[in-house]
Amino acid sequence: MSEAAVTADLVAQHGLTAEEYEGIKEILGREPTLTELGIFSVMWSEHCSYKSSKVHLKRLPTTGPQVLQGPGENAGVVDIGDGLAAVFKIESHNHPSFVEPFQGAATGVGGILRDIFTMGARPLAILDALRFGSLDNPKNRSLAEGVVSGIAFYGNCIGVPTVGGDVYFDPEASGYAHNPLVNPLCLGVAPREKIFFARARGVGNPVIYVGAKTGRDGIHGASLLASAEFDETSQQKRPNVQIGDPFLEKLLLEALLEGLETGAIVALQDMGAAGLTCSTCEMSARGGTGMEIELERVPQREDGMTPYEIMLSESQERMLVVAENGREEEILSVFRKWGLDAVIIGQVTADGRLRVRHYGEVAADIPARPLADDCPVYNRPLAVPPPRIEKLIEFAPETVARRELPENFLRLLASPTLASKRWIFQQYDHTVRTNTVLGPGQGDAAVLRLKGTRIGLALTVDGNGRYCSLNPRRGAQLAVAEAARNLVCVGARPWAVTNCLNFGNPEKSEIMWQFSEVIEGMAEACRVFGTPVTGGNVSFYNETRGKAIYPTPVIGMLGVLEEVERCVGAGFRSSGNTIVLLGVRPFNREELEQTFSSSEYAKSIRGLVAGQPPEIDLAYEKRVHDCCLEAIRRGYVAAAHDLSEGGLLVALAEACFGVESKLGAVVTLAGELPLEAVCFGEEPSRILLEVDEQHLADLLGLAAQYQVEARQLGWTTAGEFRVHFNGNIVLDGDVAHLAEAWGTGLARQMQAVSG
Amino acid sequence: MKLGVVVFPGSNCDHDAFHVLHDVLGQPTEWVWHESTHIHHLDAVILPGGFAYGDYLRTGAIASHSPVMGAVKKFARAGGVVLGICNGFQILLESGLLPGAMLRNRRLKFLCRFVHLRVENTATPFTSACRPAQVLKIPIAHMEGNYYADAATVRELERHQQIVFRYATPAGEIVDDEESNPNGALANIAGIANRERNVGGLMPHPERASEPLMGSTDGLVLFQSMIASLVSK
Repeated sequence: MSEAAVTADLVAQHGLTAEEYEGIKEILGREPTLTELGIFSVMWSEHCSYKSSKVHLKRLPTTGPQVLQGPGENAGVVDIGDGLAAVFKIESHNHPSFVEPFQGAATGVGGILRDIFTMGARPLAILDALRFGSLDNPKNRSLAEGVVSGIAFYGNCIGVPTVGGDVYFDPEASGYAHNPLVNPLCLGVAPREKIFFARARGVGNPVIYVGAKTGRDGIHGASLLASAEFDETSQQKRPNVQIGDPFLEKLLLEALLEGLETGAIVALQDMGAAGLTCSTCEMSARGGTGMEIELERVPQREDGMTPYEIMLSESQERMLVVAENGREEEILSVFRKWGLDAVIIGQVTADGRLRVRHYGEVAADIPARPLADDCPVYNRPLAVPPPRIEKLIEFAPETVARRELPENFLRLLASPTLASKRWIFQQYDHTVRTNTVLGPGQGDAAVLRLKGTRIGLALTVDGNGRYCSLNPRRGAQLAVAEAARNLVCVGARPWAVTNCLNFGNPEKSEIMWQFSEVIEGMAEACRVFGTPVTGGNVSFYNETRGKAIYPTPVIGMLGVLEEVERCVGAGFRSSGNTIVLLGVRPFNREELEQTFSSSEYAKSIRGLVAGQPPEIDLAYEKRVHDCCLEAIRRGYVAAAHDLSEGGLLVALAEACFGVESKLGAVVTLAGELPLEAVCFGEEPSRILLEVDEQHLADLLGLAAQYQVEARQLGWTTAGEFRVHFNGNIVLDGDVAHLAEAWGTGLARQMQAVSG
Repeated sequence: MKLGVVVFPGSNCDHDAFHVLHDVLGQPTEWVWHESTHIHHLDAVILPGGFAYGDYLRTGAIASHSPVMGAVKKFARAGGVVLGICNGFQILLESGLLPGAMLRNRRLKFLCRFVHLRVENTATPFTSACRPAQVLKIPIAHMEGNYYADAATVRELERHQQIVFRYATPAGEIVDDEESNPNGALANIAGIANRERNVGGLMPHPERASEPLMGSTDGLVLFQSMIASLVSK
């Protein structure tokens, strides 16, 4: 063979340890060729093998009557009634998006879309969870600008609506400035019996390559970009970022859905991370078969590509299809109709081996199952970090707090994390395919109808990294709770979870401890809410120059509405209705300085990130959800909005800023607690409800039945916004003034880029 | 009556237009593949939104040379009713079936949001069921919707009442600010027709505002007008 010999240096350059290399030799019974080394290195990379996270992920609840397919496939699948299945998954594209924000984010969207339609489901919607550093830094503005444009470019062109997401802008300590997070989620729907799995079956069945030609782009994208820390040389990795072609993916999408209708397709898988290597080996391993491919048949964009390069290329918009022997022409003709390159490059074999030939010469010959499944699994050491010595927030004396309240409230509303995200979401086509019932900014979760049924699907992504950095377990519980709370606020029953776990270097024991704690918190909360985890993605090595990001689990949660027309938005509907706070409980006075120090207010107004996120009583939270759902189902509720970052006043203001009409509110607050905590504390389990006179008594009765507090705070108004506190008027103004600060806060900061 | 929805490989509003015509309005509707030239049996042709051939080149430039557009040109010259929505409108401009061109939106960004349109001419097949100066709430979703034409062309459009829709405030005033004319279109032009009135194009998406769950049903009147005028033809 003409390839370079494998040396210890080469092994190390491929990110494999000496022990892993011994394991490879044992599997092969000999030294690997260079191509084989490359194949093992990508399959056994952290990104593809989950070698550091596997032992922990097992603790997540993954089963339930609704789960049709849990973790392990291209995406999770759940039963949603009416013979339909929802397919959904979230995935990270963090490193590429830092190196090349536009293409990194674009190809992230492209990749998650392929995961969904390779399962036979037409993509219905995209959401994106994004985390950036502070917008005061022009570099972060340009990253945010590039990422948003990239998502828009890909999603808008392929015609899948981007219906929601969340964005945080956090200070230097978050690490997001040097390691932004881009986590796209995609949801698709198909009839239950048409869900497709990536399992190569049927010895002699032809293997068809379809889509873009293979180039030298993205070689080692997943294994090098996503499986190592960042440093000063990261920009040199730009050639490892792939370039997206959404039009080509649109052709693939339509051709595959049409091809599946022929019934002649046995299995299919996209070529994402680790390209041809991953798709051939995983399809064989899952199907218990082998595969033989001839590399010279692979359509190539460049001359002289070696087997190593062809196997490891991460060129986008490519798929591998196993067809039924003798019926390949039916499929090829569909691909031709859509103008796609499609070539038979090999066949399914019985011997369980992945055999790769290049002009007749064997470049790799590896047993597929051990390659896919026998990567060493690490139970890496955990260490509790030393306790922090930190300054907590000091509450301002009441007279000062009162004087400063109007100004602080405006500043908070205009801060980028809390301000309207319209600057972002109006760049995304969120109405294409005419299924979007509640789009971005309209409800606490996005709501989509399913044509031909009465079913609605609701989706949200949530995850406060700041909370998790202060207490990973609580932070994870709060993230799951908020996701579920967002769903019940639109009237959807929380149904299932997909998650994207973004962390630092797993070889560091404190990072592994964070990871383990987050898994524990997620597992506890998912059990209480009855929302099994159906899959997702782990993204480690989110570090630059040794500094890790906030541990950031992003929870993507799917909810189901039996009657989509009953969904409610977050904006108040008419003046003169009662505003009820559901789930109000006495704050824990002991912990108050601690919990308020972790709030958005502490961060934005006092420049402080410290203390502990608020404690959550999961059983109580669940009762609040059930009560809210039942109230919406019975038609008592005109609008529902949960309290999260920014606390009560921010939630109240947001509910006033409906998409079109702006209403006001007059509320009365009371109690012994400091004014700042009452207005901006972030205790969970709370929901604002707008209720008309006619349903008020029924709603209060329902709350009593569910054993949750419900307090009448005041009324909606035509425009005046007034807050009474212990007999004093502490805020008195017009909602238009607040809406202006909130509506332009983000745009103003972002437009400093072009301006 | 038979309606046709053209499918370019990158059309992504084809299903939406088909859904409104076929499922909401119950009209016999068929797909027309971009390589087909068989459209003479149709009563009207819809060119839907999307990215016809990816539109990496100027939007609609490649589509205007496609086989189906050759047939659409003939169909239009013979008096056939053609409606272009968003990318379909861009293709009609590139094909020379309607005058003018599209620039990028004034902020150079894709814009997806509701806008308000004032109906400027009710004597077209697409607006015959509208009240004069009726205001319609319909979403836009485009990067290049900033209509442009030279002064002489705009004068011609005005003189022959070919401007069918203008971006307006909810109250129907024509104001050139970012709120009511977000893409910066010249003279707030959102949609036009040819002089014969059988070819129309607009940037907003009436098919996305044709059912109560979509937040507006104001778009339905365009399709109802079109069907009514075909029936009475």
